[in-house]
Amino acid sequence: MIHKRQSIQWRDIGVPFGVFLATLALWEGLVRWKNIPPYILPAPSVILATLIQDRELLFSSLLVTLGVTFEAFVIATVCGVALALLIAQSKWLERALLPFAIALQVTPVIAIAPLLLVYLQPGNAVLVCAFLVAFFPILSNTSLGLASVDFGLRDLFDLYHASPWQKLIYLRLPSALPQFLTGLRIGGGLALVGAIVAELAAGASGQGTGLAYRIVEAGFRLDIPRMFAALALISLSGLAIYGALAALSHVLLRGWHESARAQDA
Amino acid sequence: MTAFDLADAQGTAQALVSLRAVGKTFPSGLVALADYDLDVRAGETLTLLGPSGCGKSTVLRLIAGLADPTAGSIDWRTPRIENNIGFVFQDATLLPWASVFDNVFLPLRLAGLSRQAATARVNEALAHVGLLEFSRALPRELSGGMRMRCAIARALVTRPALIMMDEPFAALDEVTRFKLNDDLLTLKRRLGATIVFVTHSVFEAAYLSTRIVVMSRRAGRIIDDIGIDPELARDDDYRTSKSFADICRRGSLALRVAIEEATP
Repeated sequence: MIHKRQSIQWRDIGVPFGVFLATLALWEGLVRWKNIPPYILPAPSVILATLIQDRELLFSSLLVTLGVTFEAFVIATVCGVALALLIAQSKWLERALLPFAIALQVTPVIAIAPLLLVYLQPGNAVLVCAFLVAFFPILSNTSLGLASVDFGLRDLFDLYHASPWQKLIYLRLPSALPQFLTGLRIGGGLALVGAIVAELAAGASGQGTGLAYRIVEAGFRLDIPRMFAALALISLSGLAIYGALAALSHVLLRGWHESARAQDA
Repeated sequence: MTAFDLADAQGTAQALVSLRAVGKTFPSGLVALADYDLDVRAGETLTLLGPSGCGKSTVLRLIAGLADPTAGSIDWRTPRIENNIGFVFQDATLLPWASVFDNVFLPLRLAGLSRQAATARVNEALAHVGLLEFSRALPRELSGGMRMRCAIARALVTRPALIMMDEPFAALDEVTRFKLNDDLLTLKRRLGATIVFVTHSVFEAAYLSTRIVVMSRRAGRIIDDIGIDPELARDDDYRTSKSFADICRRGSLALRVAIEEATP
């Protein structure tokens, strides 16, 4: 049994890591073989050297971007869950509020960002953009979870005359947990995307200190290795956010929900 | 006493709940029950037998208060009984995220009891169904039969006078089903609750019941009301006895009539 568990971990981590390393090796070999200059396509070794050389600048920008992402994600989670709970209480509220949430979701954030930069301080505008894209998946998934309670369990709670509060605490919230966590996984990644998009808009107007601003700045200077280095940090951040939320989901659902059990199989 | 004259003998027992001219029509227009009369008498194990769609489960839901009748009345001997009904659903219907203990604790928790105050009663209910040593397990770690035992323990934990069971063993294999049938009879003897049981199986009905009501698909019309001597020992000898065969034959004939009535 332990042997099987170890082989599962090796398969889960080793295979994607191996493919990633092989891709980097192919990339490095191709750049060296074809003598491609760094301003066209830098080799991974050059990107790594740039990451080390510009570490202070890039990592301070990374912290700014991650700070905005985290802040937006927390606000989106609180607002998304609160609105989902409100909507779950009555169809009337759902009909009144959902169109606004959908309108915000379907309007591209890149189109809203310049307007927000007019009305708000750049930092707040970036935060609002990141919040807007992360909010809807958390709202819609939590709403779906709250509405997807097993009919038999509803009957059971009715049989024992459970109050609306007891139904919420002991039935609806635990039932909604898998969908809520799915919303978090999607929302976490999108908060980063929203922050980057808003920073790009802010960076284009000469304001900003986040990673996307470093990309814009490096683009102006044709410093392609730094662009790739910033891009690599964004990708790694996205992977880390997704990985952390997937791990949280696994811990909370392990033992009882099919999605976590499928990963164990 | 034979199976054929007991219904009258039991008719004198006091009813815990009486359904009078009860009707249930769903918003779609489907008539599940019409002009339906039934007395559930104290201490009996009443089985509702009939083809799919005859309204057996609807009767249980109406008695349990999970649905409202669209006609007629449901009269209780005392409100105390009405407010404390145990129900075992067709699926075990357990909270998948909660342990066996917490699932059985649920009705008491909803009634406002603390975990500490409820522990003795939860453990007693778990001991009744032989699950005490599995109290920390999650439902997915249990077999189908054990999950159903957990559901039975949950129904028992409030010490109800009336327990409704809606085809609880239908999804189980025959060996497990026989074992749970025996366990249910033991519990019944020990606790003395009144049971209303729904099944498709004539044999299960004949083994468990002290009374079988066979229902037609035609809006729940009662085809036959079969009384069974409660003093008959329910064991392997009973399964092969003439009494058992007689009850099964009468139940099967009534069921055939019910099915023929249901066929357009």
